[in-house]
Formats: sequence, C-alpha cells, structure tokens
Amino acid sequence: MPEYYSLFGLPERFAQDLELLDAAYRKVQAQVHPDRFANRPEAERRVAMQWATHANEAHSTLRNPISRAHYLLERQGVRIDAERNTAMSPAFLMQQIEWREAVEEAEADKDALSRLHKDLGRDERVMVDDLRRALDEDKDLVLAAELVRRLMFMEKLRREIDDALAKMDD
Amino acid sequence: MVLLQLSEPGESPDPHQKRLGVGIDLGTTNSLVATIRHSIPECLPDADGRALLPSVVRYFRDGEPVVGADALMAQVLDPRNTIASVKRLMGRGLADTDAGMRARYDLVDCGGGMVRLKTAAGLRTPVEVSAEILQALRARAEDTLGGDIEGAVITVPAYFDDAQRQATKDAAKLAGLNVLRLLNEPTAAAIAYGLDEAAEGIYAVFDLGGGTFDFSVLQLSRGVFEVKATSGDSALGGDDFDESLWLWLQEQVKGVDLDCSSSRALLAEARRVKEALTTEDSVIATVPIAADGVREVKVTASQFQTLTQSLVDRSLLPVKKALRDAGYSPADIQAVVLVGGATRMPHVRSAVERYFGRPPFTDIDPDKVVAIGAAIQANVLVGNRRADEDWLLLDVIPLSLGLETMGGLTEKVISRNSTIPISKAQDFTTFKDGQTAMAIHVVQGERELVQDCRSLARFELRGIPPMPAGGARIRVSFQVDADGLLSVSAQEQTTGIESHITVKPSYGLSDDEIATMLRAGFEHANTDMKLRALREHSVEAERLIEATRQALGEDAHLLDADERTRIEAAISVLTGLLSGTDADAVKSAVDALSAVTGEFAARRMDQAIRKALTGNRVDNLSV
Repeated sequence: MPEYYSLFGLPERFAQDLELLDAAYRKVQAQVHPDRFANRPEAERRVAMQWATHANEAHSTLRNPISRAHYLLERQGVRIDAERNTAMSPAFLMQQIEWREAVEEAEADKDALSRLHKDLGRDERVMVDDLRRALDEDKDLVLAAELVRRLMFMEKLRREIDDALAKMDD
Repeated sequence: MVLLQLSEPGESPDPHQKRLGVGIDLGTTNSLVATIRHSIPECLPDADGRALLPSVVRYFRDGEPVVGADALMAQVLDPRNTIASVKRLMGRGLADTDAGMRARYDLVDCGGGMVRLKTAAGLRTPVEVSAEILQALRARAEDTLGGDIEGAVITVPAYFDDAQRQATKDAAKLAGLNVLRLLNEPTAAAIAYGLDEAAEGIYAVFDLGGGTFDFSVLQLSRGVFEVKATSGDSALGGDDFDESLWLWLQEQVKGVDLDCSSSRALLAEARRVKEALTTEDSVIATVPIAADGVREVKVTASQFQTLTQSLVDRSLLPVKKALRDAGYSPADIQAVVLVGGATRMPHVRSAVERYFGRPPFTDIDPDKVVAIGAAIQANVLVGNRRADEDWLLLDVIPLSLGLETMGGLTEKVISRNSTIPISKAQDFTTFKDGQTAMAIHVVQGERELVQDCRSLARFELRGIPPMPAGGARIRVSFQVDADGLLSVSAQEQTTGIESHITVKPSYGLSDDEIATMLRAGFEHANTDMKLRALREHSVEAERLIEATRQALGEDAHLLDADERTRIEAAISVLTGLLSGTDADAVKSAVDALSAVTGEFAARRMDQAIRKALTGNRVDNLSV
C-alpha cells in the first residue's frame, strides 16, 4: 500500500489544507470502498476492504496535527517513544504540574473546567504553529519530537477535562 | 460474480440487465421489504396491500410457524408460543435480557452466550425467529417481483454491538438471503432523505423505533454521506412507552391478578391507547379482568406524557453525546430527520424541536424511510448503479472495541465513531518467565472496567516460545469490516514463530450450525428447494466461468504456469458438472474454482485500484 501522502497526492509536509485532504480522501474512498465491489467475488471484496482500511487510517493520521507530526517524524527515522522518553524541559514540567493542579481544583466546577479547556486549546494551537515551523522551515526534528510529546500530554489532559464535562452533562 | 470490467467499479455493465436487490428493515415491532422499481423506491405490500409485516412469529407443535398479522392476532390466545419483539433478544445472553421479555417468554440459557426461547415447536434461538420474519419478507419480494433476489441490505440499529450485528447477519443467512451489507438504520434514513433532496450540510437523524433508539450526525457533501458520530440506547423504544402505560393500567385495577393471556391483551391495549393518544386528548382503555369481564380506565394525553417523560428525557442523553463526539452544537445542525413509529408521539416531537430549536423533518413516512434507504443502497450494491448515480457512504463503529488487561481493566484498541472499515493492532507481552499461553478477552463498550462492557470473545494464544517475562511480543489485531463486524487475530512476533488464530465471536452461530439449520429447513419445506438450489448454483457457475475466462484473456500475465493450469482444471471440472443434476457437487466445484481464482482476482483488483488512483492525478503512487 502506498504511504499516506502519496495515497492522497499531497505534499509531504506538516502544513496541510484540511479541505484538500478531505476531498482527496473522499476521492480515494470512492475508488476503493467495499460498497463499490459488493457484488464481486470474496477475494476482490477483501482487497477493497484492505484499501479502504488503509485510506481511513491515512486520513485519520493526517487529519490530526499530532499524529501527522508523529507520522512525518517516523518517516524521517525519529522515534517519539512517548512512554519511555519522558524527558521534557523543566519549564514544561512545571507547567504540567500547574495544569494538573488546576484541573483537580476545578473538579466539579463546570465553568472553571470549560475555561481550562479553552486555555489548553489556545496553548495547543500556539504549539502546533511552533511544530509547523520546526518541521517545515527549521527542520529541527529534535525540537519537533519534544513538541509532539508535549502536545500528546496536553491532548490527554484536554480529553480528561472533556470526559469530566461530559459526565456533568449526564 | 464478475471478475472483469474494472474501469468503473460498481457500475452496471448493461443497463438493461437489471438485478434484484432489496432493502429489509428488520424492526422490533414491524418489518418491511423495499426495492427500486422503474427508478422509484417503494415498500412492497402483501396480498392485502399491507406494507408493514408485524415482527411476530407463532410456533406450533406440528407444522410451519406463522408470521405477521395472523401471529399478532394470536398473541392473546397463545402468548407463550407467539414471539413478538424478538429483536430485543438478538445477540443477548439470558443475563442481558430485559425483565419484560423474561416475564413474557420461557427464556433458556443454553450456553454459547445466546438465549433461547422455549416454544411448542421446541427451543428456538432469536436468530431462528428473526430468520422466519426475513424468510416471509423474502417470499413476499420474490412473489411480487417474480424472480430470485440477488442480494439484500439488512438494516440494524446503529447502536447495535458486534453480537447483535452478527446475530442479524446469521438470521439473514439462515433465511437464504445473500447479505450485501448491514446498514445502520439512521444512515439508511439519511440516504432516503439526502438523495431525495440533494442536500448538503450537517444533518441529524433521531430514530426511535419499537425497541431501539439511535441518533446519528452526518455530513453530506457532494454525494458523500459521512457519519460523524452515532450513539443511542439499544434498549429504548416505543415498547417501553407501552410498558409504562401497561404497568400504570395494572395499578389502576389493583388487586386483580392478570393471567398470562390477559396480561398480553392489556399490553396490546396499552399500545392501542398510546397510538390513539397521538391525535386524541383522552382515550378509554379497556382493561381485561379474568373473572368479571372488563374495566374501563380513562387515560389523558397529559397523564401519558407525565408517565413517559423520563423515557423522552433518556433519549436526549445520547443526542448530547453524539453532538459532543462530532464537535457540534445543536445550532450547527441544518435539519433533524425523524425516523421510527415512536416519533409520532407528540411529546417526542416537541422535545426534539425544543432541543434543536427548529421543527424536525417528517416528509417521508417514519415507518418506511429506513426500508427505502436500504433499497436504494441495495440497488447500487447489486450492480444497478446508474452512470450518474455517484454517491458513497462512510459509516462508523458505534462503540469502542478493546481488550481486557491486568486487573480487569479495558484497553481501548479502536475508539467509537472511527470510520469503518478499520484495523488496529496493539502489542502485549508476557508477565511470567516461560509463559507459553496468553488469554485474550475482547470487549466492546466505553467503560473502564471489563465487567461493565460487553464481552465479545475469549480465546487463548498458545505455543508462545518460553522466554523471560516481558520477552514475547504478542500483536493482537482487530479488523472491523464495512458491516461493522469484528474479527480478531493474534500472533507472537519476536521469534519469527507465528501463532495465529482468528476468532468469530462466540455468541454467533457457527457456519456449520447455520448449514445444519438450513438443511433442516429445506427438509421441512415442501417447495422444490433442491431444484432451486441447482438453478442458483448453475447460474453462479456460468457467471464465474465466463468471468474467469475473460480475466484470463486480459491478465494472464499475473499468473505463473502452475496457477494457470490449476484454474483451467477447476473450470473444466465445473463445466463437466453443469449438465448434471447434483446441486451440491456444482456448489463445491464453484467453491473450488473461487478458491483457485481468489489470488488472481486479488492481484487484478490491486492492479486496477492502483491504476484508477494514479489516473486521478499527475504524480505517481509510490508502492
């Protein structure tokens, strides 16, 4: 199977026009989706399923900035290794602790949690822009890998806040 | 079964050669079959002009079961042998069934994770009961259309888990249907509406059926139906409104013991009152009392509303969840489509209207819209796609799939609302020195504890070479196909020794069991099943031979000499059998030819897809 960028005919870089990506994805699915082969022999349907699975994986990987950066770095031989490599700058570690504390304090306070969620989202956007510069302009793969690890942490925290907010809604 | 004509996949090679595809809505209360005739989708009525087939099956000690309106009428007379709402039991073990169903029927746990019903005809699985309903619809379609059905799209609640989907597919196979696709009910409704109105934008489908509730958010853009999120409650439906009223009516005649048949009569009365309250302000309910006849109880619309408001409120929880998952607010939704007979209740409608701040769409009959959408999809899938009919459906998996890890916790492997088909792999390791086996427990659901999720399958990976703890690398792979059905495999990777197992979840019927049931069914049926089977297999055989010959003509370079010889041999065996009358022999020769051409077909497919994708743009694909 072709790698993700060439599957969609997109330039191999971090900055992407998501509308173009979506359009390319739909075009590929229109060619390979199992629904196009429903009245064909089992063997053909199986191949179609493999292609459609590949297209879905490619699309979801490229659509999310963190997994996209992850994929780009891996293609350049850089392993993120988030579980083992937890070394981050002391400043970011301090920031992590502060966020965690803020989430604990906000606990059942919906407004406070929503505010935190928004703040995190804003910080993430700034960091994603740093990531773009590191990958597309400066080619600083070490920095990019660290930014990816930070963003993974932030995304996880934001998900936790999401879940807490969802529970309050129910 | 065409191996050729790869330039425009799915497009009918000959517009005059029309194939029969049907859409079937296998509902909790009613079922329907629809098809496309003269370019117009329509639900097929029975001889009396009724499109809705009550999903009720009555069993007898001797003789064939009765399905539909006649069975429905008999439910008071013969409540234990007259099975209604069997959909609520699909893919369920005894422990997961609801109290209402347990009270009404003799449910037996026979192991294998699937409940069975004790009837006058013996033990029946919910799969067999559903197969009777599907068989009745299939017969109706074949009688009306005057030909064999090439394939069917069967709808399932979007929120059905893997067990419920597998059970539905098994039922269709048992009814002799070729299942083209399991289609989610709200998605089917969206197709019916979307293609009708050539809509673009974000749509929501609120589908409250007899026994299940689904809510889906879809994006429609340039002929692509993309489901963004789906959620629901597979144990919430119109039945529950009947049940609330039934309990309340029982309280009104306190002190009177209802026997089984008057209890069933009262349930039917509760449904009648519910339906009447859609247009009336108050209705008189007739409560049967065993000894002294009947008692009349007045029910007002507002009483009924108060009584069932909690059910309506319950339906809004999945709505919020799906919107959150899709990242939308109610204001982002361009239109809400109402599906399912239970959405006729005025307080359900007004709750939806209040929540979204706009009146919902109800243009297409909410009872028929799902079957119609399924028929449109079936027509395309059997190969009747018109050249200008260029739309595609991308659906999602409703519930996360995961594995049990240490301490009874769930590790998610595929998260809910991922677009299907999808595959994911996760690596695990051994935790003891010299460990040679590993238990793998596959679950579905959102909860952290395994015990709160639905158990789908357990299997053991054996033959792991002895290594220190943490040394082995076991990769567990999940594949979810376009029907939303899961298969799981596991292999040990570090040593190059591969142990491999593929499981079919344990609650479904094995292919052997289905084959046995089919044979038993054929022996009972007085129709000329054997002849019919021979005809079906021969048609398939001729198609396959022709397709293979053409493929050999075009792409023989994809084969080596050995492969080619094997294919030629299989063709000549099959050709030789076509003049005979042995249906089983033809079938196994067809299977044999399919088997030897499988790899060839896959290579041709691969080649064609690569060519098609490259044709889309200037740059080349790297392989």
